[in-house]
Amino acid sequence: MSDQTHMQVEHDIAPGDEEQHSVGERIIGYVVGLGLALLLTALSFFIAGTDLVWQPSIPVALIVLAIAQMGVHLVFFLHITTGPDNTNNVLALAFGLLVVFLVVGGTVWIMGHLNQNMPPMDQFIRMHS
Amino acid sequence: MTMTATAGHAHADPHHIGLVVEHPGPAPKRTVTAYGFWVFLLSDIVMFSCFFAAYAVLVSQTADGPKGSEIFEQRNVAIETVCLLLSSFTCGMASIAADVRNRFWFYLGMAVTCLLGVVFLVIEFREFADLVARGYGPSRSAFLTAFFSLVGCHGLHVSAGVLWLLTMMAQVFAKGFRADVLRRMMCFALFWHALDIIWVGVFSVVYLLGSGV
Repeated sequence: MSDQTHMQVEHDIAPGDEEQHSVGERIIGYVVGLGLALLLTALSFFIAGTDLVWQPSIPVALIVLAIAQMGVHLVFFLHITTGPDNTNNVLALAFGLLVVFLVVGGTVWIMGHLNQNMPPMDQFIRMHS
Repeated sequence: MTMTATAGHAHADPHHIGLVVEHPGPAPKRTVTAYGFWVFLLSDIVMFSCFFAAYAVLVSQTADGPKGSEIFEQRNVAIETVCLLLSSFTCGMASIAADVRNRFWFYLGMAVTCLLGVVFLVIEFREFADLVARGYGPSRSAFLTAFFSLVGCHGLHVSAGVLWLLTMMAQVFAKGFRADVLRRMMCFALFWHALDIIWVGVFSVVYLLGSGV
């Protein structure tokens, strides 16, 4: 039989571990991550305090920048990749994110509707008196 | 014999789903330990998401107390953010040094990480003490309760991280770069990077979004 069919599957890689790289390459990875993260942080602080952009767009921009920076951290510091040796790490992360979005999104959604349908008592009394 | 049928698809099948392989046995302990810790970190992030949700619900419930824009100081937050970001970088340098078993760079990286973490904690503690002194403690309004719980919980995590960091330095000093010490070091690095990810959410949602409202 050919050896191909009996190929050894390499083990999964530990979260935070990188594939084999030289020390120089690994340091460059962290430097690139630090540079990108500093850039995104500076952008966030700049946008939060500026009058140059349309004001209602600021919250959206801040949230997008925050998600981008979390992505930079995941890729360059935690070394989460799309490689086959990383499947388990990515799946666990995906499940974690699902729960986070359910908790935060669901809470904000439900409580927003509750606030709309149940105004504070003094307002309520004024409305019905 | 049946395996030959699937062998040709190996290139189109990067995850080897269709390929019959010899079972490689249990993964190395380093992988198993880090994976378990990764799952713990994700559950920790889920816990933080509950604090974030509570904050988002209560942010406007100020009970005639101060609003976020009246008590947040962006300059302090910027310094805290840079401290934590740089400490994440130096923590990465320390874990590279641990992997190549270089004691000098390991101690240096960890010491700088510890220093930056302590600077972060001092700034945060002074902010809290200042707020409490002005009468804006956690019992003032629901908004402040949510603020102190969310930011304070992150601060507690950083404090625990600093203690863990010192423990790792002591263990490397006493035991050297043994396999079990290196596994703990890897978990510590994961923990420290995850704290930085949570801080990105905190400074964006609490301080920057809050200062505009």
